Amino acid sequence: MLNKYTYTEKKATRDGFGDGMTELGRENPNVVALCADLIGSLKLDKFIEENPDRFFQVGIAEANMMGIAAGLATAGKTPFTCTFANFSTGRVYDQIRQSIAYSDKNVKICASHAGLTLGEDGATHQILEDIGMMKMLPGMTVINPADYNQTKAATKAIASYKGPVYLRFGRPSWPVFMPEGEFEIGKAIVMNEGTDVTLVATGHMLWYAVQAAKELEESGVSVELINIHTIKPLDEEAILKSVKKTNVCVVAEEHQMNGGLGESIAGLLARQHPTAMQMVAVNDSFGESGKPEELLKKYGLSTEDIINACKKLIA
Amino acid sequence: MSIDIEKLKAISSQVRRDIIRQVASANSGHPGGSLGCADFFTAMYFHILKHDPNFNMDGRNEDMFFLSNGHISPVWYSTLSRSGYFPIDELATFRKINSRLQGHPATHEGLPGIRIASGSLGQGLSAAIGAALAKKLNKDDRNVFVLMGDGELQEGQVWEAMMFAAHHTIDNLIAIVDWNGQQIDGPNDSVMSLGDLPAKWKSFDWKVSEIDGHDFGNIINTVEKCIDNCGNGYPQVILMKTEMGKGVDFMEGTHHWHGKAPNAEQTINALSQLKETLGDY
Repeated sequence: MLNKYTYTEKKATRDGFGDGMTELGRENPNVVALCADLIGSLKLDKFIEENPDRFFQVGIAEANMMGIAAGLATAGKTPFTCTFANFSTGRVYDQIRQSIAYSDKNVKICASHAGLTLGEDGATHQILEDIGMMKMLPGMTVINPADYNQTKAATKAIASYKGPVYLRFGRPSWPVFMPEGEFEIGKAIVMNEGTDVTLVATGHMLWYAVQAAKELEESGVSVELINIHTIKPLDEEAILKSVKKTNVCVVAEEHQMNGGLGESIAGLLARQHPTAMQMVAVNDSFGESGKPEELLKKYGLSTEDIINACKKLIA
Repeated sequence: MSIDIEKLKAISSQVRRDIIRQVASANSGHPGGSLGCADFFTAMYFHILKHDPNFNMDGRNEDMFFLSNGHISPVWYSTLSRSGYFPIDELATFRKINSRLQGHPATHEGLPGIRIASGSLGQGLSAAIGAALAKKLNKDDRNVFVLMGDGELQEGQVWEAMMFAAHHTIDNLIAIVDWNGQQIDGPNDSVMSLGDLPAKWKSFDWKVSEIDGHDFGNIINTVEKCIDNCGNGYPQVILMKTEMGKGVDFMEGTHHWHGKAPNAEQTINALSQLKETLGDY
């Protein structure tokens, strides 16, 4: 099963978002977009060119952007707010909490440049706490797709879902290895069935998890690889079903260990099926400037780190 | 429509009684700003707004009203219930458990008339701008109104929104500032001066009017003039002078009753100054 996950080209997840928006612009007249002075970074040029009346430039004023989006949603529109993940979450947490989440507004918070893979801009912009902040908000759906294809499909899927959504994606060019097309919010994808270890990954880390699973399989370890693109609501059934077979679980994500997907899964397993776990995540640290792959290696998020975490559990 | 000032005065007297009784019964809440805005809310809901008490969240083809300074919820709840949005008896549940009348307005419990939660300050103008943009996209020629406190203008988001509204010519929006000069910790001028407020709005390219928020003729004529002015390519603000605690002598003109409930004796005193005109709930 794993062999089909390979790639011929690299593309950024943010390009998947931009191309998804272009298609939404053509298909769904209710969709509107707002951006806080980052049109090029969020790949919105085509959407704006084709739908100038449905795009609102808010300038460098993210709090106002969240409030305007809430007002547009109140009056029946489906607004997509577009800026970096750092400015989409921590900077505007109270606006999201009161005007969007508590008020149950159909706003899609679309957040690019998340995590270490933002690269050279450094820790000021490399948010690693956003999943935690957003998953804590009642009623908020949190999605972190793995590649271009999945991000494009997720962008389109959230437009037809009613309720607030946080969609997280990134800056770097990254292997495109997931099939095009369908995206089911909240539904895990079992990419490889196995019996020795459950390996769960989200976002950019999924490609490293695929590499790790291939190597482990070659050395005789049977890996169940699960793509969790929707961190909340979590597909609890898929995870429980898998760990009941394997009894050990590794979670890989480009986020703080505190508050991330691994913590959500640990909570689930502690309540329902206590299981030995390892987390491949950033351990209570800020990032720094560097190239994406260098940073992932330095902060313990490489393919090798995933392999070692799996070996630790099955030794 | 001619203005029936006697009718409006009678309603606002009952609204003020409702405010005192809600806050006294909950033994908490914000009577000062609520009393100060009672005449404004009465003018809006009983004369100015084209609105449907059979509440529709999206406000299609009707005027939409947003309250940014959500702590004055008692005056809004009273006017909403008295204009038919929900049963008047429900005012008795204000701030109590299992109520739709939360301490600060919320949509979560489905109270008709409320379109967005407010309470954490400085967010209402942005939401109103969003609704105004949607009305333009929908070719809906009704307008959007938002009331803000003066103290909350200290929040930076308000100035982001002011800039946006002028840049994007949001000319189907009328903002009103409750300019009572008071906030929790004292007068604005001692906490954080707003300076020359009309000049600040003007310099952000808004058209500014100033009114007496206790003169029904002045409120209605000015708001209606602003409505006639909609569609002219600029946003409009009305700076409304009010007196915190208006109508209850010992609460008037001081910040001490911003967020404090009267005790039993004070409640009797307050209610003795406010005529029961429409029947208490």
